[in-house]
Amino acid sequence: MKLRELAHGRTGDKGNTLNVSVICFDAKHYAHLRDVLTCERVKAYLADVVKGSVVRYELPLLGAFNFVLANALGGGVTRSLALDAHGKSVSTALLDIDVEEPTGS
Amino acid sequence: MTDTSKRIRIGAGAGYSGDRIEPAVELAEHGALDYLVFECLAERTVAIAQQARRRDPSLGYDPLLEARMRAVLPVAAKNGVRIISNMGAANPGAAARKTAQIARELGLRDLKIAAVSGDDVLDVVLRSTLRFEETGDDVSAYADRIVSANAYLGAAPIVAALAAGADIVLSGRVADPSLFTAPLIHEFGWRMDDWNTLGQATVVGHLLECAGQVTGGYFADPGYKDVPNLARLGFPIGEVDEQANVVIGKVPHAGGYVTEATCKEQLLYEIHDPARYYQPDVVADFTQVCVAQEAKDRVRVTGGRGQARTGTLKVSVAYIDGYIGEGQISYGGPGAVARARLALDIVRERLSLTGVDTSELRFDLIGVNALYGDGLAATHHDPYEVRVRVAGRSSNADEAARIGNEVETLYTNGPAGGGGVMKATREVLAVQSVLLSRDYMKPVFEMVEASNETA
Repeated sequence: MKLRELAHGRTGDKGNTLNVSVICFDAKHYAHLRDVLTCERVKAYLADVVKGSVVRYELPLLGAFNFVLANALGGGVTRSLALDAHGKSVSTALLDIDVEEPTGS
Repeated sequence: MTDTSKRIRIGAGAGYSGDRIEPAVELAEHGALDYLVFECLAERTVAIAQQARRRDPSLGYDPLLEARMRAVLPVAAKNGVRIISNMGAANPGAAARKTAQIARELGLRDLKIAAVSGDDVLDVVLRSTLRFEETGDDVSAYADRIVSANAYLGAAPIVAALAAGADIVLSGRVADPSLFTAPLIHEFGWRMDDWNTLGQATVVGHLLECAGQVTGGYFADPGYKDVPNLARLGFPIGEVDEQANVVIGKVPHAGGYVTEATCKEQLLYEIHDPARYYQPDVVADFTQVCVAQEAKDRVRVTGGRGQARTGTLKVSVAYIDGYIGEGQISYGGPGAVARARLALDIVRERLSLTGVDTSELRFDLIGVNALYGDGLAATHHDPYEVRVRVAGRSSNADEAARIGNEVETLYTNGPAGGGGVMKATREVLAVQSVLLSRDYMKPVFEMVEASNETA
């Protein structure tokens, strides 16, 4: 299934670094996504966007994750040649990633 | 039993420099506000304002200052709403004098307007041996191209201006959340080493600083997240108690909505490590934050914490970084993508054949691979229409302009059916940051009275 069925999110930018939040619609899916939505998977999926590391921060009280993507903005918002210099459209692409269906839901 | 403890109501009147104005007027009229805060300075905006000030020393403040003040001041004055904004940009003094003039013209002669300055540390940075955080380059190597250097100040100078009776406070660069924490520190008298309270106050500021982004703006996704009446989106109100616990809400008849989901998206916006969100007055910790919908369009947010502030402040340094030239042209119908790829190949070869001097080039198909590259595009069908985009960097404006020209010549020399050419050249103001010791900052305010005809 698509991540979009389980979660929503928003992209933010700072310099050449992106952050993408992934927030469960229903907090009961948090543990499942913690297992399946790994940094390696996110980095592989966004390989053309992220040239640096991917770090995941966990926010269990919010049922959310914050992915921080280094070297992901073509040298930085203020000098990037990219159409979307802020990388604002990255969150919606990530929501299209395939994830395993949670059991018992 | 009715809870009669003190509550302060802060509205967010703008989330960026060009934001809508009428939601701020609506808040001042119907929000039962104590304060209305306008956050209007993006990373590069101070540098653009500094260039404007060099051309005309009476300018260098936010270009929409006058329109916003004329719209908001009458109703804000009527309802006793105090205004705080970074619309002073590169010239808070001129912004305060302009606002005083507008207030006089509106018959509001009792208003006191404070200009907060001290964020401009250009001289210090130019003399320094600092290195940029991002690249590690010596700042001195950029000296002849540097336009501006502004520190992210904390709440203190705004608190001082409010204590001196300012009705309106206009600053240059101040950390966005500090525009909101300042009136709370003033009202509740928090100690500046009460780290947990300042951390939760940072949560309040962070939720409000992008205005409509917490009331359903930048959130809608039809079928998944449907938001009512976005053309009439209401801006948020934070109702804050003396522990800095907040209820985020909006004017009832305004569009949009406030839910746990809208608050969570905004809480994590532009955050890296949620346990260490560096601010001038505190290192905020969002990891224990809880959100709870307590009524329709009312979400209670608690649990922000903090640790001691660091000894340095972030300084944004803007410098001229050459030129970007760009050209676009559209192709449609059957074979659109093939013709667009042919067009890109032609432009790539032409830029090489004619020796255009660039340091970096980018070839995009908007509708196919411009946002995410070719990997994700390969898993989807070709679109029915596509837009060619070529962008490149050069140290020379004339060279940069040749990029758009080569796209334009596709009209008569390229594949069949190209249309809608756009070309542009722009100077690049790039921004990097340094960390500078607090010892160099001397934030101050000056008061301008609307009644003073010379102001």
